[in-house]
Amino acid sequence: MRGLSKPMTESLIELDRVCLAFSGRAVLEEVSFTVGRGEIVTLIGPNGAGKSTIMKIALGLLTPDRGQVRRAKGISIGYMPQKISIEDNLPLTVQSFLKLRPGTTDAQVTEVMELVRIAHVATCPVQQVSGGEMQRVLMARALLGDPDLIVLDEPVQGVDITGQEELYRLISRVHRHKNCGVLMISHDLHMVMAGTDRVICLNRHICCSGAPENIQDHPEYQALLGKRADAIALYTHHHDHHHDSAGNVVSGDHGEGCDHD
Amino acid sequence: MIDDFILSALLAGVLVAMAAGPLGCFLVWRRMAYFGDTISHSALLGVGLGLALGTTSPWVIVITCAAISWILLFLERGGKFSTDTLLGILAHSALSIGLIIIALQDNLRQDMMFLLIGDILAIDTPELTGIALMTMGTLGGLIYIWKPLLSITVHEDLARVEGVNILKIKVIYMLLIALLVAFAMKVIGALLITSLMIIPAAAARTMARSPVQMAVGSMIIGSLSVVMGILLSSQWDVPAGPAIVLSALLLFLLGRVLPKGFRV
Repeated sequence: MRGLSKPMTESLIELDRVCLAFSGRAVLEEVSFTVGRGEIVTLIGPNGAGKSTIMKIALGLLTPDRGQVRRAKGISIGYMPQKISIEDNLPLTVQSFLKLRPGTTDAQVTEVMELVRIAHVATCPVQQVSGGEMQRVLMARALLGDPDLIVLDEPVQGVDITGQEELYRLISRVHRHKNCGVLMISHDLHMVMAGTDRVICLNRHICCSGAPENIQDHPEYQALLGKRADAIALYTHHHDHHHDSAGNVVSGDHGEGCDHD
Repeated sequence: MIDDFILSALLAGVLVAMAAGPLGCFLVWRRMAYFGDTISHSALLGVGLGLALGTTSPWVIVITCAAISWILLFLERGGKFSTDTLLGILAHSALSIGLIIIALQDNLRQDMMFLLIGDILAIDTPELTGIALMTMGTLGGLIYIWKPLLSITVHEDLARVEGVNILKIKVIYMLLIALLVAFAMKVIGALLITSLMIIPAAAARTMARSPVQMAVGSMIIGSLSVVMGILLSSQWDVPAGPAIVLSALLLFLLGRVLPKGFRV
């Protein structure tokens, strides 16, 4: 429960006019945003928009050509990478995988496995768990070390609809419980987690950003997505319910608001 | 009664196998088998440079191998060619330049074969001491970097976010391999040392349930291979280095056909 007494506006990570080019081709231009304590920020954007790249810059895995990245001193970051492929020849159980995080005790591993409900696969080889379980294993690894900021790269990709709901519920529970910041890439242009404070629509530069209820009215958002951009879906706990006729909030059973490429 | 030189050979071989197995496990896990080859081929360049400088000290080999690893790290960052291609270029260039330098030393030409496959039956006491220290050093070093290296092996970005100093750990690992290769030259030679890293590790995979089990298994299988190889060699009067590799291969194949109950 650390940090609850601090103001919501305490900035955990700040990107200021970040630019990056790969072999002469601009990947990111003048991208600025912040993630504050207790805030949920979701990045959306088409393939190749630079979402993972900006996330890597935020994490300090990549250095921008220009611009500033400021991380609050002494914060602990939990990172959930997009996917992970572990060589089959490495005999590694789920719990040993979790213990790889520096300074992790057995008790912490047991606790986090209970939290994300993967205790039943604790002694399974990490290569053999299902896609949904693997996402929860990665989530568990991100949650170890009591992070102030959780950074998630497409946390629900490749997970079925029930699993997605559960993962979002978990993120939401951890966020409420620890009041940490959350920076997340959505796997889907039209889906953001319920409770998201700010949606950032990225296409090499920031097209627009704002509260999820407002962003779909933004001309840039519509320009980016064309005619199908009539609705953004808030991922709530009941994926089978649709909102009012205004179409502002359509919780996605992959209906009208959710048009996969 | 076993002859002294056989005893020295057995001891030296087992010591090298104990260091080679666990280091080799990481080559297998990191899909870097060819990296092992590149370092060991560089060892010949080290031998050549040493001879040119008038010394047979293994430290010249260690330094040469480390230098080649640095060049590799540097070229990789340039990103123009894949690591695979770079390894191929470095390995065979180092091998060829090394062989040329060695060939230019007239008096040593007949020993070339031993540089490639080792001369385990001619190990003397100072060399044995050097190998023993090398084994203790590399195993100690590997234990020191075990967890961070394993974490990097599983997912480098994740390890970095969690505060692991990637470059430091990788450099230490490369130095440990360079150390092993340099001191193992006399035992198994530059061409065959990689096999003593890879084959026992691969053979241990079948029965291992954890990284530590696999590392310990590779030490045991590597040591068995050395003993079998030296016995084969003295029985049929064939070169010991290749006989050790053949034994390792047989143990690997045995593991493949083991009944299901022995596997995981």
